[in-house]
Amino acid sequence: MRVLAQMAMVMNLDKCIGCHTCSVTCKQAWTNRPGAEYAWFNNVETRPGQGFPRTYEDQGRWRGGWTLNRRGRLTLKAGGRLRRLLRIFANPRLPALRDYYEPWTYDYQNLISAPSGDDIPTARPVSLTDGEPATITWSANWDDNLGGGPELAVHDPVLRAMSERIKLEFAQTFMFYLPRICEHCLNPSCVASCPSGAIYKRAEDGIVLVDSNTCRSWRMCVTGCPYKKVFLNHRTGKAEKCTFCFPRIEQGIPTVCAQTCVGRLRYIGVVLYDADRVLAAASEPDERALFEAQKQVLLDPADDEVRLAAARSGISPDWIEAAQRSPVHKLIFDFGLALPLHPEYRTLPMVWYIPPLSPVVDALRDTGFDGEDAANLFAAVDALRIPIEYLASLFTAGDPEPVRNVLCRMAAMRAYMRDTTLGGTANESIPVSVGMTGPQMRDMYRLLAIAKAEDRY
Amino acid sequence: MPWRTTKSGMDGQIAEMLVRAGRYLRRAPTSADLRSVYLTGGREADAEVRQRMHHDTVVRSTHGVNCTGSCSWKIYVKDGTITWEEQQTDYPSVGPDRPEYEPRGCPRGAAFSWYTYSPTRIRYPYARGVLLEAYRAAKASVGDPVAAWEKVVADRRTYQRARGKGGFLRTSWDEAVEIVAAAHVSTIRRYGPDRIAGFSPIPAMSMVSYAAGSRFFSLIGASMLSFYDWYADLPVASPQVFGDQTDVPESSDWWDAGYLLVWGSNVPVTRTPDAHWLVEARYRGQKVVVVSPDYSDMVKLGDEWLPAQPGTDGALAMAMGHVILCEFFVQRTVPRFVDYATRFTDLPFLITLREHGNAYVPDKFLTAADLPGSEADAEAAFKTVVLDERTGEPVVPNGSVGFRYGTTGRWNLELGDTKPLLTLYNGPSVGVELPRFDGADTVLSRGVPVRRIGEHLVTTVFDLVLAQYGVKRPGLPGRWPQSYADTSEPCTPGWQEQITSVPAAAAERVAREFAANAEQSGGRSMIVMGSGCNHWFHSDTIYRSFLALLLLTGCQGVNGGGWAHYVGQEKVRPLTGWAQLAFGLDWARPPRQMAGTPFWYLATDQWRYDSFFADAFASPLGGQRFAGKTVADLIARSARSGWMPSYPTFNRNPLDLAAEALAARPDDPAGHVVDELIAGRLRFAAEDPDAPENWPRVLTVWRANLIGSSGKGHEYFLRHLLGADAAVRADEVGPDGRPTEVVWHDNAPEGKLDLLLCLDFRMTSSTMFADIVLPAATWYEKHDLSSTDLHPYVHAFNPAIAPPWQTRTDFAAFAAIGRAFSKLAKDHLGVRRDLVAVPLTHDTPDELANPHGVARDWHAGECPAVPGVTMPRLVVVERDYPSVADRMAALGPLAERVGATTKGVNYDLSDEVEYLARHNGLTPAGRPSLATDKDMCEAILAMSGTTNGKLAAAGFVDLQRRTGVVLDDLVEHTRAQQRITFADTQAGPVQVGTSPEWSGIEAGGRRYAPFTLNVERAKPWHTLTGRQHFFLDHDWLIEMGEQLPIYRPPLDMALLFGEPEIGARSELGITVRYLTPHSKWSIHSEYQDNLLMLTLSRGGPTIWMSPSDADKIEVRDNDWVEAVNRNGVVVARATVSHRMPEGTVFLYHAQDRLVGVPRSETTSRRGGAHNSLTRLLIKPSHLVGGYAQLSFAFNYLGPTGNQRDEVTMIRKRRQKVDY
Repeated sequence: MRVLAQMAMVMNLDKCIGCHTCSVTCKQAWTNRPGAEYAWFNNVETRPGQGFPRTYEDQGRWRGGWTLNRRGRLTLKAGGRLRRLLRIFANPRLPALRDYYEPWTYDYQNLISAPSGDDIPTARPVSLTDGEPATITWSANWDDNLGGGPELAVHDPVLRAMSERIKLEFAQTFMFYLPRICEHCLNPSCVASCPSGAIYKRAEDGIVLVDSNTCRSWRMCVTGCPYKKVFLNHRTGKAEKCTFCFPRIEQGIPTVCAQTCVGRLRYIGVVLYDADRVLAAASEPDERALFEAQKQVLLDPADDEVRLAAARSGISPDWIEAAQRSPVHKLIFDFGLALPLHPEYRTLPMVWYIPPLSPVVDALRDTGFDGEDAANLFAAVDALRIPIEYLASLFTAGDPEPVRNVLCRMAAMRAYMRDTTLGGTANESIPVSVGMTGPQMRDMYRLLAIAKAEDRY
Repeated sequence: MPWRTTKSGMDGQIAEMLVRAGRYLRRAPTSADLRSVYLTGGREADAEVRQRMHHDTVVRSTHGVNCTGSCSWKIYVKDGTITWEEQQTDYPSVGPDRPEYEPRGCPRGAAFSWYTYSPTRIRYPYARGVLLEAYRAAKASVGDPVAAWEKVVADRRTYQRARGKGGFLRTSWDEAVEIVAAAHVSTIRRYGPDRIAGFSPIPAMSMVSYAAGSRFFSLIGASMLSFYDWYADLPVASPQVFGDQTDVPESSDWWDAGYLLVWGSNVPVTRTPDAHWLVEARYRGQKVVVVSPDYSDMVKLGDEWLPAQPGTDGALAMAMGHVILCEFFVQRTVPRFVDYATRFTDLPFLITLREHGNAYVPDKFLTAADLPGSEADAEAAFKTVVLDERTGEPVVPNGSVGFRYGTTGRWNLELGDTKPLLTLYNGPSVGVELPRFDGADTVLSRGVPVRRIGEHLVTTVFDLVLAQYGVKRPGLPGRWPQSYADTSEPCTPGWQEQITSVPAAAAERVAREFAANAEQSGGRSMIVMGSGCNHWFHSDTIYRSFLALLLLTGCQGVNGGGWAHYVGQEKVRPLTGWAQLAFGLDWARPPRQMAGTPFWYLATDQWRYDSFFADAFASPLGGQRFAGKTVADLIARSARSGWMPSYPTFNRNPLDLAAEALAARPDDPAGHVVDELIAGRLRFAAEDPDAPENWPRVLTVWRANLIGSSGKGHEYFLRHLLGADAAVRADEVGPDGRPTEVVWHDNAPEGKLDLLLCLDFRMTSSTMFADIVLPAATWYEKHDLSSTDLHPYVHAFNPAIAPPWQTRTDFAAFAAIGRAFSKLAKDHLGVRRDLVAVPLTHDTPDELANPHGVARDWHAGECPAVPGVTMPRLVVVERDYPSVADRMAALGPLAERVGATTKGVNYDLSDEVEYLARHNGLTPAGRPSLATDKDMCEAILAMSGTTNGKLAAAGFVDLQRRTGVVLDDLVEHTRAQQRITFADTQAGPVQVGTSPEWSGIEAGGRRYAPFTLNVERAKPWHTLTGRQHFFLDHDWLIEMGEQLPIYRPPLDMALLFGEPEIGARSELGITVRYLTPHSKWSIHSEYQDNLLMLTLSRGGPTIWMSPSDADKIEVRDNDWVEAVNRNGVVVARATVSHRMPEGTVFLYHAQDRLVGVPRSETTSRRGGAHNSLTRLLIKPSHLVGGYAQLSFAFNYLGPTGNQRDEVTMIRKRRQKVDY
């Protein structure tokens, strides 16, 4: 056992209101510089939708992340290392600017300086790449709130892969938001892709960074990252990426995206993991078992043996204590709510998600049932507007059971708490039906609903 | 699952060797399996990133934007430059068992600092070149600025035609301010101060910045224009039902609700920092039901979605009321609901019935004046009557407005031994006729139980409500619905399904759940209601049908229950001190406060395009009161009756009129004015709004984008008010449709305004059309105060940097204007007397002017002309024009001499004046100084009850004396000593306290919910009965058929204006409903030009439409489209989405035309803004006044500038565009 500490995040998608404040504050703090205009270390996607950059999840096309070769050994999907070394000067698997978007600005100055004319001056769009008048056909968030509708959403790689046909029609409309940052993976394919060794994982907290002094603009990291969260600065020619705001983390302040999240849906915590188990977990042959394999890499910080091993690895006592109080650990293990994004990429991503619950009872409406009623709970979960299969494709490599379990726990919590809130007696059979106790469920409620800052971070 | 360790390893051996070699080039520990590189030392990247995070200082400020957020922010500054912003998280805790207010903020706020250094930032004063050159030439020839201005204005059309067409020249502050001052002085002298107006909205978003300008305008006698009603954000139902402007719960109180109906409100988008309360409350079992025509961001969070057709929400609410009345009042009785209805609503009060054909119609409240023995009581006609259950006799309970101003100690809701009877059922009954507007060509024929009292046949409001809602009781005459499924009679669930498309079963079940939750939780059912329901012509009826649900279930005045109206309102928590400063009440009273909507309606000549008479809106059971009358006629009528204010008031300069009146009758100048009016030698300006002497001449807009954001009828503004090019396509009404009481000029004026002045930090449509633009400091560059109703704190703006370039704070700008004005006023104006016409005002004895709300017109000889009763009060006010600048900067003597009055409660301010003298220092004249914006902040806090516990305590003592109920315990001893200072608000958000300025009790960590004071302490509402009203009996409400909650559909634009029916196709495209809801990427027009927001959206104006509508006009996503109706033209790109319903398009609110808008095909000119397709439509019932809660107060009552009933044609246009 080789214990390492990792900063990790959980986002509760059920609470996400899709406001993009996280994107804006991150941009203002980190990427409002020449050459990085198009880079959004944090972005928020409407799902179903194409994501940013467009269709980045289509690994058949972009070849990000890892795969198992014929011998069952872990290999970069973009090709074995030898192959990549040989093709280092011609990388066809890079998203072009049009797959992100071509950044632009406006001729704002015209509003003040326009000479006396025959009409109201306007500020025309102008490209930020070549300064020419621009026609805007894509942006950092073009399909927000299902903009573009059926025409664009059908290209959502997750939707395309679904067996169930989803109707993109008014009466069946569903959407939710997926905020994304770098996953700071335990098995980062960007690091493995870099021929210069310019990308590294900080030993003490697992944050993945680019050393721009060493970066040689090979852009293999861009291809290698299946989440497309490494960006090339066109001005400097260097790779740039989310830093997990480590200058803030080092001072005990949450990341900008978490601190400014008005939905209060982000949790940051330390998890301990066994570095010796990473390769094996990432090599799990059954994609649907990857989620469980990833969990098994993480260690129980309350376990005496783990604590001793952590101390031996040089992890300081306050970090071990932080790992024990970690909301991330609680959400993954104690409450069993958090799921990784695309475990099938085999990078062991460390930004986890609680899938969105709502709206639940709508489908039961016309049949006269109240989905809030404890008796109808589980039927209600199956009647979700957001298809479970869609969520499973995002979080569990297609296995619906873990997703259903999470949603049942959330629904059960609401039913359980309603009795208390309205002054009735708590129905203890509700937590039992989802494998929890009443006190556990109340703890879970406090962490999700009350969510004081000191409990979120 | 077993843990597998077999077969893992990296790809081939050669690769491993190569990689290992490569890794040796970098001295770093790699994982043994060569997957990864771990580094502890040698991490140069770390240092580089850290450097980027460094900053010198962090300053607290906020955003003075019209969004109700009032979020406190950290502004990061590095090397004297603002770098970025992040939310503060230091709000006082709301307790261990609920979420906190941190972090408050949204993406718009987070993008604000972009403006600071952006190319749209206004850095210097500018003036339109033709104007500036003309002024310079004139001044060179005549010398005097006022004379020079008058020379320029003589050729006004030259520069008016250039408005909006570029050609700005830089000028200096001194020159710009001189021109502005000259224009003001000249206008006061030639036309009168009421020809000058100031427009700035939402004081709570930056109280000092508002007050700085409004204080100047009030002191010179100019009008401040209202915004809340003009924005259509004022729910007129609030004064109608509650007698209150708007009072709503803080968002933390959503947490307390067990059932939340979110109706026409898109909380995640428009209340972004508050949305988490709702999201989190679901985890404690709150059920959330969303009513929205589209699949909005809010629907994503709801448990259920009721997709009602736009504008039909009232039908759904009426059906829900039907279910609640059936199941919780008639088939079964819930004691709490009945008790609440009896004590806190007008439901038990008696209404007289009037014969109408073979049946009856409801008429007026029975009052004490109708009972024997009341002859000596002057207020008897304002004391409403119930029947006592025990004696069966009529009783006059405490609390009605008749008890408010005369006798003390009986203005309370104590019933004593009286048990008001809710229904007269089981007695005799009669048939009543009630109007319906749902398209059926009949009236409702139903029945009510009655009693005869003296000469009157009466029933209760409750019995009428059951009749109106179609709740059948055996034995009553009339036609009644037979079941919930009955579609033939209003207001069943089946009936509403035909109108709203919401399944009847869903409407029925949600109603039942809503009421059952209220029953189980003691009133914790809440309705969050938004502009989706509130921006319609008939919003007041929609809202009254919502409020009925809350009143029937006893939810109002309960934490976690009641209405939560969040549309544009912001609570100036320190209200009393702010009002004192903002309207110069410390120097002269009363100020001129004008209702915005009628002002703009007349000033922009939209009335000339009304192709219908006002009886188009009237009840089939009405008395032909509006027959042959246009809306303009009714405005004139309202003005001369003193119902609504009317500035400009007369067709004379009020300074000259005052001089003449004082000369003619020194003891009774008002009498002289009345005589002149009766003789016809003097007329109201509203009776001839197009006569040059009656035009508004000078307008200042600050903290606002009137032309690009709120100006409904944008193109009419351009043509008639500004005299610029416009795309109005409508024709003026022909000779047969014109007003009879308002003068018609054959040629409509173009260019009424001599001067449009704008202060802003960025270019907007308003600055583009302004004659002079002054560069304003941003919110990160000044001191000010912020508060909201969504949280209970007050906090500060502070400068993170000094105002850069030549920008100035609003405070400094108006101080400069005031100085320049005073200097010119010495020679040109001096000290003058001003005759101010004051409307009959709410919360004053003026409310008792019109017994029974009988509309009498002195002009028609129906009553004598009596100022303050049948017409406005006429008051002479001294204007010391040369002293205006000095007075702006000093707290005046009326503060201690007269004190302050807020909502009828008096406050003695003498101690506070003394405190401010010591704190702020004295002016040379010995008054407390208001020389800086910080002084003003301090004065606002010191003179308000919410921020000064001593004043709150004194206010409750006054209120206790008036009501006779115990209230003085509400401000505990400790808080009575507590004073919030400006320094406190700079350190962090500070919680305000309970005060009679508002209606919620907040002691002991309790969350703010409105009307808890009324419910828990028996303090009356400020209404006729003192209770919450279902029934309104003013003559004009009767004429409108709106005595009771009722469903009125959206206006039929085909009928009123000849627009095509929805769904019709022509060469102009397909006709659709045109809605302008609030955008995710802007706050009004603010931020819609912000590059960050544009990058996260679609980079310019778009119109959202359904795939089926897009198919019909062969439009694909992102195609250019053109929308056209009689009001104007819009060019935008299409956003096609299946979340949109068929037949409705959205052009999100206030996408100004300045960013990437090409020329239109229709006009070959620049495409319009969102309001290019809208225009004003004034509802007659919003013009009433002088009667109990239906009396004017600024931003409390007035016609709404609604815009939702509009339709447009939309088509695909040529895809190659030309800018």
